[in-house]
Amino acid sequence: MTTEKIYFYPVWLRIWHGFNALGILLLIITGISLHWSGDSPLISFKTSVLLHNISGIVVSVSYLLFFFGNLFTSNGFQYQVKAKGLAKRLMKQMRYYAYGMFRHEEPPFPLSEKRKFNPLQKYSYILVMYICLPILILSGLALMFPEVIIEKVYNFSGIFLTALLHSILGFMVSLFLIIHLYVASIGKNPLKNYRSIITGWHEMNH
Amino acid sequence: MRVHFLTEVHPSYFIQNHMLNRIPVLFILVLLTCGWNSAGQENNPLKEGAKACLRCHGEPVYTLINSFTDQSQKKMMNPYLIIDSVKFHQGVHRTFNCTDCHDSGYETYPHSADLKMMPMANCLDCHGGDDTYAKYQFERIDEEFIKSIHVQHVGDKFTCSSCHDQHYYQSVARNASSVQEIVDYNNEMCKDCHGSTAKYRLLTDKMQRPLNEIHDWLPNQQLHFDNVRCIECHTQVTDTLMVSHNILAKEQARKNCSECHSANSVLRASLYKYENLQSRSGKGTLNAVIQNESYIIGANQVPALKILSIIFLVLALAGIFTHSFFRFLKK
Ligand code: HEM
Ligand code: HEM
Repeated sequence: MTTEKIYFYPVWLRIWHGFNALGILLLIITGISLHWSGDSPLISFKTSVLLHNISGIVVSVSYLLFFFGNLFTSNGFQYQVKAKGLAKRLMKQMRYYAYGMFRHEEPPFPLSEKRKFNPLQKYSYILVMYICLPILILSGLALMFPEVIIEKVYNFSGIFLTALLHSILGFMVSLFLIIHLYVASIGKNPLKNYRSIITGWHEMNH
Repeated sequence: MRVHFLTEVHPSYFIQNHMLNRIPVLFILVLLTCGWNSAGQENNPLKEGAKACLRCHGEPVYTLINSFTDQSQKKMMNPYLIIDSVKFHQGVHRTFNCTDCHDSGYETYPHSADLKMMPMANCLDCHGGDDTYAKYQFERIDEEFIKSIHVQHVGDKFTCSSCHDQHYYQSVARNASSVQEIVDYNNEMCKDCHGSTAKYRLLTDKMQRPLNEIHDWLPNQQLHFDNVRCIECHTQVTDTLMVSHNILAKEQARKNCSECHSANSVLRASLYKYENLQSRSGKGTLNAVIQNESYIIGANQVPALKILSIIFLVLALAGIFTHSFFRFLKK
């Protein structure tokens, strides 16, 4: 049996994804060390600050690659929001993950050159890449240059609010990553998706 | 500009001082021409004696009558000898006469040159062993102070008044309504010498390095300078003293970030122990964390969010676990 392959992930996307994945992994580990500093056996506060700042910049710069890549290449089409029937499509995919796939049904949204993500994948990527990460990066940059932050918002310390927002979004991205890693393992061969984000070639399931 | 009187005196001298009450003619003339009726001072007026001195020492220009020419003449006051009368009136010693501490010889003008050499009372001469001031623990502060690097290096020349200007002293740590106020007031004291060569040279011949250069290892330097006191890192925290006075040698200063940036931050025992601040401004503990204190990464965790994040994490992992279980079952 020969496997059919589609070129899903162009070089620039894979470069972005590599930097992003490593950077965010580091950000999560050092972020936890910063927040639970003292009781955290992970990394010392001082080292965490340094590593968090460096990987924060790496992730921010590589985000630009993702942003402009999607703006100027056809990969951006994969991220276009279609509101009509959205809830129905999401439900359909959820039902497949919760039920259909165990009964070996055909996936409701077979992948092709035109559609490399199923709806759940697509909208979670949109949410993370166009809402969570930008806010995370902006609040992160603000914390890096705290003198730009408004001192008081009503009675609240501006830095407190920024750090709160930053930590909450950081946590959401961490949750995303856990789920992302798990969902990527769904398929005939649990490793094949990890291979594709490195080689660029998506192996069809049949 | 501040005047500092660093020498000490025997208490008996101090008592004699009150008994000498010669008021010379010139002095009365000065009083008569003095039109002191600012509204703010009415409810807590300065002592007449203090007003008389401030007539000259409260202004950049003073008038005297030249006894040779018999004419009045204007002169510039030495800026270091000018007392800010507004700040004096806000200070704890506002009800004093100048001659309560300074020699009564100063009541005549021109002041005799010898007066400069007269020893002066020090803080403990009045405050030591006095039950009225027991809660301030003057003696314990003195013990801590004597151990401090200031006294160890400079010796007796370093006194309370090297940092606390008696003319303007306010009990800020006890009465301020925000931590920021305490921080600003405290750090001004340190910067008064460590940020100015003139006053520094009064006490030592050592070269002074700029503060930002000494602290260049500290990330977000300005933020730290603005929001915590120098003594947070440069003293040994003593729980039972309102403000620690044992300033440590620079080698012993805190450099470990997580001593402050952690759930059991030392700042809780130092800067943020002024809980009365919170009750005074009518805020609860959580509010105080949010509103009064600056945000300290690692020290200000929000318990509700911690619980929430654990719940979400457990849910996600449980979902993944269940899903993989069925994947394995239905292979
Ligand atoms: C998934 C990504 C990220 C996570 C999980 C994360 C997490 C965290 C956490 C938990 C803290 C401590 C906040 C606190 O305890 O109040 C923090 C602080 C901080 N974060 Fe992030 N962060 C992420 C991305 C970024 C990015 C992209 C940047 C920069 C562009 C950044 C810059 C900072 C800075 C400057 C601080 C303050 C501490 C320091 O100076 O290093 N973070 N982050
Ligand atoms: C160790 C970390 C990571 C691994 C192993 C990993 C793995 C993968 C794999 C296998 C794919 C291709 C299959 C698919 O689309 O599901 C993929 C795509 C993707 N990943 Fe990740 N990922 C990691 C981290 C991240 C992080 C931290 C983010 C974002 C915050 C992210 C965002 C994405 C996006 C947006 C795509 C789709 C790219 C496109 O085709 O346009 N990944 N990842």
